[in-house]
Amino acid sequence: MNRAKTIFLNVAATGIEMLREIFDEAAYARFLNRAGTVSSSESYAAFRREFEEAKTRRPKCC
Amino acid sequence: MRKLLWGAVAILGALALGTIALHRGEPINALWLVTAAVCCYSLGYRFYSKFIAVKILALDGLRATPAERLENGRDFLVTNKWVVFGHHFAAIAGPGPLVGPVLAAQFGYLPGTMWVLAGAVFAGCVQDFVILLFSVRRDGKSLTEMAREEIGRVGGFVAYVAVIAILVILLGVAALIVVNALKASPWGTFTIAMTMPIAVLMGVYLRRIRPGKVLEVSALGFVLVMAAIWGGQYVSQNAAWARLFTFTAPTLAILIMVYGFAASALPVWLLLAPRDYLSTFVKLGTIALLGIGIIALHPTLHMPALTRFVDGTGPVFAGKIFPFAFITIACGAISGFHALISSGTTPKMIARETQTRMVGYGAMMAESAVAVMAIIAACVMQPGVYFAINSPAGVVGQAPATAAATISSWGFPVTAADMQALAHAVGEQTLFNRTGGAPAFAVGMAHIFSSSLGGETLMALWYHFAIMFEALFILTILDAGTRVARFMVQDALGHVYKPLGRTSWYPSILTTSGLIVAAWGYFLWQGVKDPLGGINSLWPLFGISNQLLATVALCVATTIIIKMHRAKYAVVTLAPLAWLVAVTFTASWEKMFSPDPRVGFLAQARVLAAAPQTGATSRLIFNNRLDAAVTGILVLMVTLVLLESGRQWLGILRGTREARTKESPFVRTRLVEERG
Repeated sequence: MNRAKTIFLNVAATGIEMLREIFDEAAYARFLNRAGTVSSSESYAAFRREFEEAKTRRPKCC
Repeated sequence: MRKLLWGAVAILGALALGTIALHRGEPINALWLVTAAVCCYSLGYRFYSKFIAVKILALDGLRATPAERLENGRDFLVTNKWVVFGHHFAAIAGPGPLVGPVLAAQFGYLPGTMWVLAGAVFAGCVQDFVILLFSVRRDGKSLTEMAREEIGRVGGFVAYVAVIAILVILLGVAALIVVNALKASPWGTFTIAMTMPIAVLMGVYLRRIRPGKVLEVSALGFVLVMAAIWGGQYVSQNAAWARLFTFTAPTLAILIMVYGFAASALPVWLLLAPRDYLSTFVKLGTIALLGIGIIALHPTLHMPALTRFVDGTGPVFAGKIFPFAFITIACGAISGFHALISSGTTPKMIARETQTRMVGYGAMMAESAVAVMAIIAACVMQPGVYFAINSPAGVVGQAPATAAATISSWGFPVTAADMQALAHAVGEQTLFNRTGGAPAFAVGMAHIFSSSLGGETLMALWYHFAIMFEALFILTILDAGTRVARFMVQDALGHVYKPLGRTSWYPSILTTSGLIVAAWGYFLWQGVKDPLGGINSLWPLFGISNQLLATVALCVATTIIIKMHRAKYAVVTLAPLAWLVAVTFTASWEKMFSPDPRVGFLAQARVLAAAPQTGATSRLIFNNRLDAAVTGILVLMVTLVLLESGRQWLGILRGTREARTKESPFVRTRLVEERG
């Protein structure tokens, strides 16, 4: 039972991590870490500015 | 025990494939397609991809990847393999695997299903896998860089031009699908219009209220979009509001072009970024929902295995199964565009070489499964309904009674009253001549869900949910694609005049955005004005250019495999390459020179020239000649890459040319030591 619970929790954690990466939440967390700052309106604006440059070059399929 | 298990999977797969291929007369259950797909993917992944990984690529778990060696916390980053898988899948899966199979269903469910399964296992998954690995071994270099370094300057140049051409044609076709889905549909147009204020609201929330909480705001945005879909029915029922949101195809085309230009040229992240998240949220949710729905409800397929249109006289698009089924379905079987993603962000996130198999081969299998779902969605409808929705007025006639009579005369009974009832059930004025694949997919999806979730009363909501999902996603592709193409053109123009290469210099932004929008806008306008619906001309053009890019990618892969002294296994990429050359070159030849005016661009131009002239005739003639010229130029360029590659292969095999790859030097990973 405990093993099943552990597996379930691991799957759920990986799923959430996957969604955080797809939706750029993880990228924002890394940005905050790199910049040594905390989440705020200004931090997010700075992250978007930096991110947009790379994001616009990222291809997305049809 | 394992051998017994895999033997059982093989037998079950053979049984399912046999049923799909040989069953005639009675409708079959969709679960046969699902079973065949699961077995084929399982066997392909377990045996074929392992063979490639071990015998050809010699994946090395001890070799440090660029994510580890060049880690910078931004684009180069060691990432959990499942996270990379999800990220890669979200990037490769778009409307392509949904639209192509719906259009190809005019041949029946069999050709599309067989091509999706075989094409994915032996071609598409292989391409994505090997290109991903080769990019990982070259510091995450792009396809165009690898083509230039491994094949030569011609390869690099052709890959670059092919990417631009595909983007332009893709954006034109994608915009046309949206136009065809939203024309004369106040409900659909209202819902899509509402995504704009919703996205701005999400942007404000992200920026001011809860910075960076994207998942949270996407869920909130999703609830608001569902509310907009619900509200859309009241808009369509109110004469004044309905008039406000009812547009003709040309008006919608102009609005979309203006939107594309603004999205590319203006700093409107407040609108675009949240909408991008929202469309990804809806896309992943819809794919999961459709998968669960098909398995849980296992609907019956009413479309026959093969229709009479295998002879090339199909109303959705003209041309025989070979080669047209194989260029109509690109994403889902093999798509050259995937090679750009496999050599884009994904190789920079891979922690270990061994994970490229699961990410490259595995994610493509998942996309192929989406294509199987699209085939099922298209084939659950009565064939008469399918053809009524997907046939252009130029083929079946404008009046409902005429169209119904024409379709019935093909052996697929449908009446104008049936179609009127269906249109009423989904909240539309008419469903005749709704070409492009999106409305047919939406009706199929609504049909599947309404059989249990909410019944007929919710059919209209399901239909408009599917339309919203496709239109929202395509609009996201339009703005992102226009920006990507703008950057590529700016990169190139920067070599001619330096300031033009500056991505923040407004004259350059406005010029290049205008160029790109004018290019895809031209194809969109051509499609809107085409009496045959546009899809007949443009989707094959897109399929040809996409598959030609896959040809370039497979040339790069084969060249590297031969340089790695694995020539005896090069058939793994050579076989799909040969197939694609046969398919794309035949399709291109037919699209240019077929004497049938419904197939050949030049024949169509001749027919138009001989017919009584109207104001639009000269433009239609020019468009057909232009399409023929674009096809010819693409084929010519890919021929150059093939010749250049062939010269390389022969030189290496004869020993007259050095087999030197441009791999990064081996560096032992520290990840294993840290763990051990």
